[in-house]
Amino acid sequence: MNDVIGLAPWLIGIPLIGAAILLLGGKATDRWGHWLGVAASAASGVIGFILMFRMIGTPAEERSVDHHLWTWLSAGGLDVDLGLRLDPLSLVFVMLVTFVGTLIHVYSVAYMDHDPHRRRFFAYLNLFVAAMLTLVLADSYLLLFVGWEGVGLASYLLIGFWDTGRPSARENAVAAKKAFVMNRIGDMGLIAAMALLFAGTGALDFATTLSDDTLGSLSEGTATAIGLCLLLAACGKSAQFPLQAWLGDAMAGPTPVSALIHAATMVTAGVYLMVRSGPILEAAPTAQLVVVIVGAVTLLFGAVVGTAKDDIKKALAASTMSQIGYMMLAAGLGPAGYAFAIFHLLTHGFFKAGLFLGAGSVMHAMGDQTDMRRFGGLSRFLPITWITMGLGWLAILGIPPFSGFWSKDGIIEAAFIPVEGQPWRAWVFGTVAVLGAGITAFYMTRLFFMTFGGRRPRWTENQHPHEGSPLMWWPLVFLGVGSAALGLVLGVGGTFVTWLEPVVGHAEHHEPVLPVPVIITSTLVVVVLGALLAFRMYAMSLVPEEAPRGSFLTRAARRDLYQDAANETLVLKPAHGVARLLQVGDRDVVDRGWSLLPQVLSWFGAVFRKAQSGYVRSYAAGMAGGVLVIAVVAWLVVGLGGAQ
Amino acid sequence: MFPWLTVLIAWPLVGAAVVGLSALVRSRTGPASAGTGLARPLALLFSLVEVALLVGAFVAFDTGAAAEHQLGAVHPWIPQIGASYAVGVDGVGLLLVALSVLLVPLVLLAAWKEQGRDEVRLRKFVGLVLLLQAFMVAVFAARDVFLFYVLFEAMLIPAYFLIGGFGQGAGRRKAAVKFLMFSLGGGLIMLAAVIALYFLGIGAGIDPSRAFLVDELAAIDLGTTAERLMFVGFFIAFAIKAPMVPVHSWLPDVAGNATPGTSTLLICVLDKVGTFGMLTLCLPLFPEASRWAAPLVIVLAVISVLYGAIMAIMQTDLLRLVGWTSVSHFGFIILGIFTFTPLGTAGSSFMMLNHGLATGALFLVAGFLISRHPEKSQKISDYSGLRSVTPVLAGTFLVAGLATLSLPGLATFVSEIMVLIGAFGGSPAGSAGWAIAAIPGVVLAAIYVLLTYQKIFTGAPAAGLEGLPDLHVRERVVAAPLVAGLLVLGLVPGLALTYVNAPAEQSVALTTVDEPADAATEMGSDK
Amino acid sequence: MDITNYVVLAAVLFAIGATTVLLRRNAIVVFMGVELMLNATNLAFVTFARMHGDLTGQVLAFFVMVVAAAEVVVGLAIIVTIFRTRRSASVDDVNLLRG
Repeated sequence: MNDVIGLAPWLIGIPLIGAAILLLGGKATDRWGHWLGVAASAASGVIGFILMFRMIGTPAEERSVDHHLWTWLSAGGLDVDLGLRLDPLSLVFVMLVTFVGTLIHVYSVAYMDHDPHRRRFFAYLNLFVAAMLTLVLADSYLLLFVGWEGVGLASYLLIGFWDTGRPSARENAVAAKKAFVMNRIGDMGLIAAMALLFAGTGALDFATTLSDDTLGSLSEGTATAIGLCLLLAACGKSAQFPLQAWLGDAMAGPTPVSALIHAATMVTAGVYLMVRSGPILEAAPTAQLVVVIVGAVTLLFGAVVGTAKDDIKKALAASTMSQIGYMMLAAGLGPAGYAFAIFHLLTHGFFKAGLFLGAGSVMHAMGDQTDMRRFGGLSRFLPITWITMGLGWLAILGIPPFSGFWSKDGIIEAAFIPVEGQPWRAWVFGTVAVLGAGITAFYMTRLFFMTFGGRRPRWTENQHPHEGSPLMWWPLVFLGVGSAALGLVLGVGGTFVTWLEPVVGHAEHHEPVLPVPVIITSTLVVVVLGALLAFRMYAMSLVPEEAPRGSFLTRAARRDLYQDAANETLVLKPAHGVARLLQVGDRDVVDRGWSLLPQVLSWFGAVFRKAQSGYVRSYAAGMAGGVLVIAVVAWLVVGLGGAQ
Repeated sequence: MFPWLTVLIAWPLVGAAVVGLSALVRSRTGPASAGTGLARPLALLFSLVEVALLVGAFVAFDTGAAAEHQLGAVHPWIPQIGASYAVGVDGVGLLLVALSVLLVPLVLLAAWKEQGRDEVRLRKFVGLVLLLQAFMVAVFAARDVFLFYVLFEAMLIPAYFLIGGFGQGAGRRKAAVKFLMFSLGGGLIMLAAVIALYFLGIGAGIDPSRAFLVDELAAIDLGTTAERLMFVGFFIAFAIKAPMVPVHSWLPDVAGNATPGTSTLLICVLDKVGTFGMLTLCLPLFPEASRWAAPLVIVLAVISVLYGAIMAIMQTDLLRLVGWTSVSHFGFIILGIFTFTPLGTAGSSFMMLNHGLATGALFLVAGFLISRHPEKSQKISDYSGLRSVTPVLAGTFLVAGLATLSLPGLATFVSEIMVLIGAFGGSPAGSAGWAIAAIPGVVLAAIYVLLTYQKIFTGAPAAGLEGLPDLHVRERVVAAPLVAGLLVLGLVPGLALTYVNAPAEQSVALTTVDEPADAATEMGSDK
Repeated sequence: MDITNYVVLAAVLFAIGATTVLLRRNAIVVFMGVELMLNATNLAFVTFARMHGDLTGQVLAFFVMVVAAAEVVVGLAIIVTIFRTRRSASVDDVNLLRG
């Protein structure tokens, strides 16, 4: 391992240099800039593969290596090195980010072909890859935070990529800002967590803070506070309830961005943070419970919203939110859930990226139309997209042997494991997980058949859908294969769980409250029921071109269960009121208060000015009177004093 | 030993004099109306040589003893009252001297075309800038309370004329007077404390010919009441300068009316005298009183953080907005100083440098933007969609903005996180809670930066702005060092932390409670 | 001669002079009041010089006379100028020093 560890910094360095060249090079790099971007990402991927192979050849207990680069921050008892941690967990992410990232880079070469700013797009993508790798390779919370906000910045830049020169420019810019600000609300949690950690343990690096000795010295109250702060951060980044509102709007960015950042990698960083901080959460059962609750709520929230969206990208975004809910739920279940959280994260990265790129392919074919009510019958025209998205669809449904089955089923089983002293938990969260699977089946089947199935096309004006260039469909094929086979390869025999064990710890075997075959069967039954219902509604019958008014629930789901309205009423309006009040207060109280001082002074001046009449005689009288007064006083004082 | 500081102080003075004398050259060689254009190049030359001198000072500075005051000299000045010319810098002082030295050439370059072609006016402008630079370097180097006070007030003279004489806003004269009145008011209170300090020092047996030396005064015990009163005197002056809520109201007016270059010097450098004074005068001279006042100061600091940020969000004038962001940042600096942790104090010291670079960049880039508008409008709503018109300007503005919102990877982040984490473990009562209360400042910062960026640079270009030129070479030369500095210090903050760590440890040691039991009861009774 | 008489005379003269200055409007008369006050002072100086047998008081009286002469010159010149421009020598017309 140690002979190749020197390559690790280049994982981050190469894409970073790529981004710098593309940004600073300006128009000179326009012609070949996109290929440089692809090459930088691919080079990172190659390094990742080398490291991966070496790690596989290393004994399990020696797989975690900290690579020190230079002393970053050293002041007042806080010593943080700029260092990278390579272990099975971070390398899983490296592989996911570089492999899916490179595929999406390639796809973007074709997808962004007609955009005059394609070079800038690739610069931002490379920046994202560098930041994301910093996030997962960091060996301390502080460096993790650099990547954490770095991906936030890349996300901001890419969501707002089309922020000038189109009718929706301003909306895109607002969506970008919303994403960044809501992420920052979460980041407050990470800052507070670091403050608590430093106060409690005197360090911020993983090696110290997550060791058993250190955690043993933390009180449960502190650990709970740290856990909840970290959860807040994770909620912001991973669009979990209650900070989920930005993800739907983030679909304003180009579709490859949605695939890479807002489906496969960045939004799952919250799950990574939770799993990485597992030892802290285990020391704080209350925080763990809250994590599970947040995961469960978001899981249902996203799924319900997904059922009503007609915009293909927003439906997928809601689905992403819901699937991350699964991961978050698993991350709150302790060692039994960590491996499956990451496993689902990995398989989800593949099938959701595939679904998003497929959606991009459909949009490309349909003239940037995103309304699924305007699609239909596309399977004949876009066969490759149809098949690859079909594989993704089967994967997300969790149909065996497609990849989603292996990871999602693991989470559902883990959710059914009883917790000592709280028997209700296994039943509640297990049921929620199964129910979520059913709703997922419904909305994904709806999405799939509204797009590709249907009795007749519902296209607008004369459209001629066709498959894009090979640059676009080869990535789809790769991701489709991954969606189909990844779970089987890594899931059978628990390969993946064993792989992660050195990091997340060995989970004691617990029996779920129901027998495993019962859980699997009932989940599959619920999934098939959901899928059949959607098939009946959207494949067998006609889909109206205009959305029907729908029930109350449908309308609420269409508006994201009123999340924006709630934020507006509960947070933005009061905050704006306070700000206005302060503004008026500053002008009329503080500023006016200070200008009162010179006013008082000038009033005194006005009074005493009257004495300056300009009449010489009045001055003379003043002098005479003054002399008289002094004389009398002197006489009284000296005279009387002398008399004594 | 070579008196680097004296040279650094004297050189800009020479420069100002030479620029003034360049008038003679013109009157002999050409007609009175045509300027020779000597003033700007001369001033730039002098400021660049000053940078070279600064490099010498850095080389001569012994980082191993960063807490000691070095490079200085002590000479009797007015022996009758015990005032000395005593200069010397520790690591923090050196960084602030560096800030004053480095920003001046950039400001001169940024303002190259700003003042028109009138040679007399130009001469005045660059002369005042050099004069201000000399005073700023001197005030950061002063190790004599009397000298410090004199410079503290003397700085107002060039600052006043720079604000009132060269601004672009209609209310610039009023703003200049307001600035002067606030500063003089604070200075007056401080003068009373300085005089009291003199007599108490003499009373405590200090050699009357050295009665104002900080090192001498720091060693004596002043008595609780006197110490607290004098602390208040100094602190009010510094709080006004810093500025801290509620004595901040001069700052937005100045920022909105002065030229961006003036604001850069004024807010990014000169105002640091406030926080620098708190750190290097209040704490060593009045350690017990600093502890006594800390709980209140922390609250005011946190209020400044949030208040400044909220007000920044509500601004419609770009330059006023940048001014308000500084109120927020100064709040962070004061929070770090008055929670008495080595980490927080080092963070505050570092932040004084970073704020200068980040806010300086933002002011100057905002100035470039405004100079492009046909009517030189400062109203944010007069701009729109400029990213497609001037991409480099937009990118530079965004980077400066990101530095202002403390994006990790940039130097400002390192200092801000040091302050927050440090303050959380601070010794005054309630530090942890107030540190947490300051954290929403980071969200508000994101809002004021990105909202402004959104309004100015996104959407469809505003009518009449479609043909604006992008940043040209001179402007890029101004922005590049600032951005590069922020990046380098963000990745290798050790470069600067070497200079601030030891002084921070030392000043925290000064305020560490001597008798814990006493202090505990005292704090209890204060509540 | 009792010294008191001289001192009382000087005081009375001074009071008359001061009253004149304060009450009269005509600048010339005010001026005469000033002269009267100066000479009352001179009288007091000379009296006390004689009493103490010390010439300092008499020397001072000479100084006062010299100053008074100079003052008359300057003062009258001012008055004449004012009269020329304003056609009046009333001190109340001249209040340009008003704040």
